[in-house]
Amino acid sequence: MNQLAFEVGQTATPEAVQFYILAPIAVLAALGILVVKKAVHAALLMAWIMITLAIFYIANGAAFLGVVQVVVYTGAVMMLFLFILMLVGVDSSDSLKENLKGVRPIAITASVGIALLLVSLISRASLGREAAGIEVMNSFGNVEGIASLLFTKYVWAFEFISALLITAAVGAMVLAHSQKSADAQKSQRVKSVARFRGDSLGTAAGLPGSGVFARHNAVDVPALLPDGTPSELSVSKTLKARGDVIDGGKYALDQLPQANEAEKDFEGR
Amino acid sequence: MNEFQMTTTDLIGMDPGWLIAVKALLVFAICVVLTLFSIWAERRVVARMQMRLGPNRVGKFGLLQSLADGVKLAFKEDLIPKAADKIVFVIAPLISVSVCFLAFAVIPMSGPVMMFGRETAMQLTDFPVAVLYILAATSIGVYGIVLAGWSSGSTYPLLGGLRSSAQVISYEVAMGLSLVAVFIYSGSMSTSEIVASQDRFWYAVVLFPSFIIYVISMVGETNRAPFDLAEAEGELVGGFHTEYSSLKFALFFLAEYVNILAVSALATTLFLGGYRALPGLGFTESWLGGWFTMVWFFAKVLLFFFLFIWLRGTLPRLRYDQFMKFGWKVLIPASIAWIMIVATLRVLSAEGAPQIVIGGFTAAMVLLVLAGTSIYERSKARAEAKAHEVPDMPEPTFPLPVMPTGRTSAAGIVSARSGEGSERNE
Repeated sequence: MNQLAFEVGQTATPEAVQFYILAPIAVLAALGILVVKKAVHAALLMAWIMITLAIFYIANGAAFLGVVQVVVYTGAVMMLFLFILMLVGVDSSDSLKENLKGVRPIAITASVGIALLLVSLISRASLGREAAGIEVMNSFGNVEGIASLLFTKYVWAFEFISALLITAAVGAMVLAHSQKSADAQKSQRVKSVARFRGDSLGTAAGLPGSGVFARHNAVDVPALLPDGTPSELSVSKTLKARGDVIDGGKYALDQLPQANEAEKDFEGR
Repeated sequence: MNEFQMTTTDLIGMDPGWLIAVKALLVFAICVVLTLFSIWAERRVVARMQMRLGPNRVGKFGLLQSLADGVKLAFKEDLIPKAADKIVFVIAPLISVSVCFLAFAVIPMSGPVMMFGRETAMQLTDFPVAVLYILAATSIGVYGIVLAGWSSGSTYPLLGGLRSSAQVISYEVAMGLSLVAVFIYSGSMSTSEIVASQDRFWYAVVLFPSFIIYVISMVGETNRAPFDLAEAEGELVGGFHTEYSSLKFALFFLAEYVNILAVSALATTLFLGGYRALPGLGFTESWLGGWFTMVWFFAKVLLFFFLFIWLRGTLPRLRYDQFMKFGWKVLIPASIAWIMIVATLRVLSAEGAPQIVIGGFTAAMVLLVLAGTSIYERSKARAEAKAHEVPDMPEPTFPLPVMPTGRTSAAGIVSARSGEGSERNE
C-alpha cells in the first residue's frame, strides 16, 4: 500500500516516519510468533500486529477500517487466547516432538507451495486501472463510502460470507455442546429432597467435615465416626487423588496409643 | 443545528499544536483528580448507605484520604510471584492504565469556549468513527485484566481473568448493539455530532430501551457490582489482581475508576445530551463564556457514577451462569429486536410514510412485545413448576432418639445404624 503511494508521490513525511518505525516492529513481531515458546506470547504478538495494521489503515485515511480492525481482531485474539488455555493448557510450551511420523516434510512442502503461489499471484496483481486515491473514495465520508459499496455492489458477497460465518458459529456450538447428564439437569430443590429420601441419611446434612473428633483438624485428616473409625467421606477427593492424605487408619481410636507414642517421639527430636 | 456542529468539529480541527498539548494535559489531569475524588465519594456514599461514616480523618471531610492511600500504596513492597510470567506480569497493568485514558480523547466536555485567546472546544479530537474508537479502546483494555490473570501463575487470578474475558466478549456485543440505535438516529458516529443532534430530545428519552441496555452492559463491561465476577472477593480472593501489590495494583485501581468515568462520560454523550443543559435551562450554556457547559457535563457524569455506587450498595453479586444467561438470552436478542424496530421507523419516516402507517407499526410492535412477554411468563411458570416436581421416592425414615422411659424405638435405631454402616462402606 505504501509502496504504491510512494510511486504516486503522495506520501507525506509523517506518514513515512510512522511507517519506518512501525513496519519493522510489525515484521519483528510476526517473526516472533514463529520463535516464541509459549502459545500465549504468540497470541499477544498477533494482537500487536493487528494493532499496528490498524494504525497503518488509519494513517492512510481508512479510519473506519482501522478502528473495526481493532474491535474485531482484539476479540478474535481473545478467543485464540481462550482456545490456548483450554486446549494447550495454562503453562505448557510448544513441544517440538513429532507425534505423527512424516508430517513435517508434508507441512514444509505445503507451506512452501502456498508461499510460492501467493508471491507469484500478488506480484502479478494489478487494479487494471489507475488507483482512484483515498480522497476520491472518502469524498462522501469514509463510513458512507464503505457502506455504499458494501450494501450495493458487494451486497451478495457480504451476505454469503455472513451466512457462512453464522453456519460456522452454529456448527462450532453444536460440536462443543455436550449433552448434559441427567444429574446436571436436576434442580437444587430436587437434589435436596433426594438427599432425604435415599437409602442413607448419612449425608443428609452434607458431608462430614475433616478432622471432626480426630486428633488433628487439618484438611487431610479424616473425621472419626462415633465408633472410632475414620470417615473416608470427610476428606476431599482431590487431596486423595493427589496422595496428600494421611492414612486415616492411623487415627482410628484403637490405634491411638501408637499415634501418641509416634508424636512423642517426633516432639522429643 | 448544522452550522453549530460544523463549528465544533472545525474549531477542534483548527487547534494549534501547543493548544492540543495543553488540552491533552488537562484531560489527563481531570481524569486523575476525578479518580481520587470518586474513590473518596464512593467510600463515603457506600458508608452512608451502610450507616457508617467512611473516611473522615485526612483533610476536610476526609477528602485527601485517596491521596494518602495512593502514597501508602506506592511505598509498599512490589512483589512478583515466582511462578509469574515476568514480562507479561509487568505489561498487564500498563496496558490497563494506558488504554483507559484513550476514551476521554474524543469525549466533548464543553461547547465552544475561549481558551488562551483562541476559540475552541474542550474536546481533544474528533473523527467520524469516534464512538467505535472508544469501543476499540475498551476492548484492548480487557487485555490488561486477562493477561494479569494468566501471567500471575496462580489459580484464582486465572479464573478471574477467564471470567473477565468471557464477560467482556458477551457484554460488549450488547453494548455495541445498543449504540447502533443512536447511530441510526443521529446519522453519525462522531461524538460531537451526536451531542449536537440531541438539541431537541435526549436519546435517553427517544431511545429509552437502548439507554437501559447500555446502562446494564456498561456495568458488566467495567466489572462492577453486581457484575464484579472477575474480582469476586467471596469466591476468588481478589480475582485477577490477587498477586499484584504496590504501584502495579494502584495502576489497576486507577484503570478501574477511569474506566467507570469513561463509560459514564460515553453514556452522558450518547444519551443525556453531553454538555448540553437540562431542557428549559438552555440559557445557562452561555454562562462563564461557555465554560458552564462543563458543569453540566460533569454533573451528568457524576450522576452515573452515583448510580454505580448505588448499585454496589444495593445489589448482591449475580451467579456466573445467571449473568451469562442474562447477557446472551435477554440483552442481545432484545437489542437486536429493538434495532429492527428503530430502523423500520426511521426508514418509514425518511420515506415520508403517512402518520397512520407509522402509528400502526408502533402499535403492532407494542402488541407483539406484550404478547411475547405474556407467553414467555406463562412458559416460564410451567417450566418452573416442572423443575420443582418432587421425584418419585419413598418417604424418609428418620432415626428417633432413645425415649426417656427406657423403652427404645427399635425401628429408629436400626435405621440410624444402617445409615452409618452404608456410609462407612462407601
